[in-house]
Amino acid sequence: MITLEDLTEIAAKEQETRSAADHHVHVCVAASCLSLKSDLVKESLEKEVKQNGLAGKVAVKGVGCMGLCMAGPLVTVGDGVLYQNVTPEDGIDIVKGLAEGARPISRLEGDSKAPFFTKQVKVVLENCGKIDPERVEDYIAADGYRALLETLENKTPVDVCHEIQKSGLRGRGGGGYPTGLKWSTVLKSTGARKYVICNADEGDPGAFMDRSLLESDPHRVIEGMAIGAYAVGASHGYLYVRAEYPLAVKRLKAAIKQAERLGLLGTNIHGTPFSFTVDVRLGAGAFVCGEETALIASIEGGRGTPRPRPPYPAEEGLWGYPTLINNVETFANIAPILRNGGAWFASLGTAKSKGTKVFALAGRVRNTGLIEVPMGMPLREIIEDIGGGVPDGRTFKAVQTGGPSGGCIPAPLLDMPVDYESLAQAGSMMGSGGMIVMDDSSCMPDVAKFFMEFCRTESCGKCTPCRVGTVHMHQILQKICSGRATEADLALLLDLCDVVKNTSLCGLGQTSPNPVLSTLRYFKDEYTRHVIDKKCGASVCKIRKDEEVHG
Amino acid sequence: MPPEAPKAAPAPKDNRWKLVEAAMRRHGYKSHALIETLHTAQEAYGFLEEPVLRAVAQGLRVPLSKVYGVATFYNFFSLKPQGEHTCVVCTGTACYIKGAGDIMEAIEKKFGIEGGETTPDGKISLLTARCFGSCGLAPAAVFDSEVAGKLTVETTLSRLEKWST
Amino acid sequence: MITGPRIKTLTIDDKPVGAREDETILTIARENGIRIPTLCHLEGLTPIGGCRLCLVEVKGIARPVAACVTSVQEGMEVTTDSPRLTQYRRMVLELLFSERNHVCSVCVSNGGCDLQDLAQEFGLTHLTVPYQYPRHKVDASHPWFTLDHNRCILCTRCVRVCDEIEGAHTWDLFGRGMQARVITDLNQPWGSSQTCTGCGKCVHVCPTGALSEKGKSVREMRKSREFLPYLRLMRQGRQV
Repeated sequence: MITLEDLTEIAAKEQETRSAADHHVHVCVAASCLSLKSDLVKESLEKEVKQNGLAGKVAVKGVGCMGLCMAGPLVTVGDGVLYQNVTPEDGIDIVKGLAEGARPISRLEGDSKAPFFTKQVKVVLENCGKIDPERVEDYIAADGYRALLETLENKTPVDVCHEIQKSGLRGRGGGGYPTGLKWSTVLKSTGARKYVICNADEGDPGAFMDRSLLESDPHRVIEGMAIGAYAVGASHGYLYVRAEYPLAVKRLKAAIKQAERLGLLGTNIHGTPFSFTVDVRLGAGAFVCGEETALIASIEGGRGTPRPRPPYPAEEGLWGYPTLINNVETFANIAPILRNGGAWFASLGTAKSKGTKVFALAGRVRNTGLIEVPMGMPLREIIEDIGGGVPDGRTFKAVQTGGPSGGCIPAPLLDMPVDYESLAQAGSMMGSGGMIVMDDSSCMPDVAKFFMEFCRTESCGKCTPCRVGTVHMHQILQKICSGRATEADLALLLDLCDVVKNTSLCGLGQTSPNPVLSTLRYFKDEYTRHVIDKKCGASVCKIRKDEEVHG
Repeated sequence: MPPEAPKAAPAPKDNRWKLVEAAMRRHGYKSHALIETLHTAQEAYGFLEEPVLRAVAQGLRVPLSKVYGVATFYNFFSLKPQGEHTCVVCTGTACYIKGAGDIMEAIEKKFGIEGGETTPDGKISLLTARCFGSCGLAPAAVFDSEVAGKLTVETTLSRLEKWST
Repeated sequence: MITGPRIKTLTIDDKPVGAREDETILTIARENGIRIPTLCHLEGLTPIGGCRLCLVEVKGIARPVAACVTSVQEGMEVTTDSPRLTQYRRMVLELLFSERNHVCSVCVSNGGCDLQDLAQEFGLTHLTVPYQYPRHKVDASHPWFTLDHNRCILCTRCVRVCDEIEGAHTWDLFGRGMQARVITDLNQPWGSSQTCTGCGKCVHVCPTGALSEKGKSVREMRKSREFLPYLRLMRQGRQV
């Protein structure tokens, strides 16, 4: 049986080993930096340390995502020094610098005091870039699993639900449903057994928050799930992860084994009647499986088609039993909320959107990577200060949030705060956190076409409007982008948007017109130019003159 | 489609089949292990060939048509053999904004294959993916199992040319 | 104490009606002589809410809901007919007609087709969306039946009847989105299926001419579905 004292002991031992070293060198080993060969950088550093007789004095550790993916591989030394674009050869200089009394290597140095770092507030990502994702001891040294054991010791399931309700946490998968309310519903539902599912089927193209989190701090998600299971009365859980994320899967599986070994998962955890086990299930490349009923169908081994709700999974979920489904980031918020209290969490963010939100910043912006900001931060601050603005002397045009279900927000709205309500009002949505910046080299009808093509190929085909409607909408957008569309086509496009939005069975279909509707709302002139003048302002669309005649 | 005679079942002593068998056993031969089993089968055989699908259906007691329906619902499963090398170009939003479309077009032009196809000499299979979360490095692609980011048309083509010789 | 389902009262088109809580809006509407158009739904098979023709409006809910899969609730105010619903249903029908190649004049089910009946009901004389003209094959490998994908609307009645009533699960869906198609076994010619019992239930529940008996000419195929409620009833009797 594992106790809080055991955790303290493990943490103390970790601290002891850590303080033995004079210098701490952290190398990012999350997927993005790994694809830039950060594993070789780590090897080189370790080799140099050994060769220079610095073993024990300089500790080299592989850590999770540090956020600034575009400048990888990233290496930090101590608290203040950040090295960017590090090659294995640079390892020699870095270690030599350390041997000569912590001399920083100026040619590699990045600005760790840049707004990219200082403007962020880290709750979910607090351990990312700091702990070794492959060692549970390192997580425990960062107060890991304390919230779980303290909860089991001192709180009833009802207490936990209340605490989460008090925090004001809302689902981070996109919809923004109050998490505490969901948990209480599952707790109240009756069933011979109950399940907890973590939705890690991060399907939005342009989103990599869940992937980074699972690769960088897998135990945090497992701890959140275990607390959730205790709160709703479940004893088994599934982590549904995309097969496209092999590294996340590998680290999760390893983390589950480690937690089982320590008795943090399994039967009678902490000597209480509470038992909880977790299995990893691989997705197989279907965007619609992010929809909770489709995800359940997929775990049951079938085609991932959604079914009408109600009944909601909270009442009838996996194999008909009450099921709690939350997204990765939602579960990652649980341990800090229970450690610091719901009131602390509620003090972050805005009146209706509490806490922080992780965003994957990508596209035409200087600093692409993973960031976490308090809810309510103006979009401008995120894109211009943290993101460093649009590069190459181009001008900002729009930012796309919410993936294929979201919309494009234009420059005049940049001062709006980022929260669930404001984004929805602007015709987009929070979504899971993808944020793609576009400059004047992007053509908005072309962007709408891109998303519609996505929805068309990802439609499961169960309901008529989504299956056929998306095909027609995509064809009209193709016509627009090739200069063959008429005003009648534009009117038909709007009709189709209305039908697909209001009559489709699931969220994928219902939101698929959003990219069209939001670009039509803010960039109507671009559509008119394509339709009337047969011109693409951004020169993206290939409009051939002869097609005007034959069209 | 011409009628086909049922192909031979996979040999029980085949090491690849042993892996599939082990996956089914691990899940207690429960029907809900279908997707997990297909993942293992694809890893072992490279693609999902008919005799394997048939044997999986039998092992898990799942109707044949359901096995086929599941195998064709998910993008990740392939029912055709892949080329010697595979290049998966990410066509997610961030990569699209940063020019993945041009890269695809260039490959299509140069090698005469579209997404989902294999070159006639069986050297290269071109696939597309809906984002593998390397958006910070867009545009990105996976060459065999190696992720490469910040690609250009030139760097992509030169990597592929090395494979085709 | 009574432990069975509770009784709810609601209104459908302003008519007050009573229903068991486990009944759907569609069941209660039909019981009370109120017609709601349906296509994928068939009494005796598990409803899926796929075709979206049975959409009705419920006061307080922004989007229309599918009557075949929505359970009644106390105080619900349901509207089954409105200009908006008619427009949506028409468009759904248009989408179905545009998806495959439905040519009534040469169809075995002409005059006995659920899709055609609905088109007539809604006065659908032309489409505002373009026809897709996909290339689909006809599978005539079965000794007694023919499958014509050109006339299939993917309602999955055949899949459900084969699974739920016959218990063979010969049919399922291949692919997804508009590429989806009904298949037998491992996507093989129907005639070579090892699981098909040749019972013909799928043919008779099919709403269009996609599944038909061999030897039937234009307008000759008539479907009889009396067996379905009967088999359901007999099965329930056995379970009690």
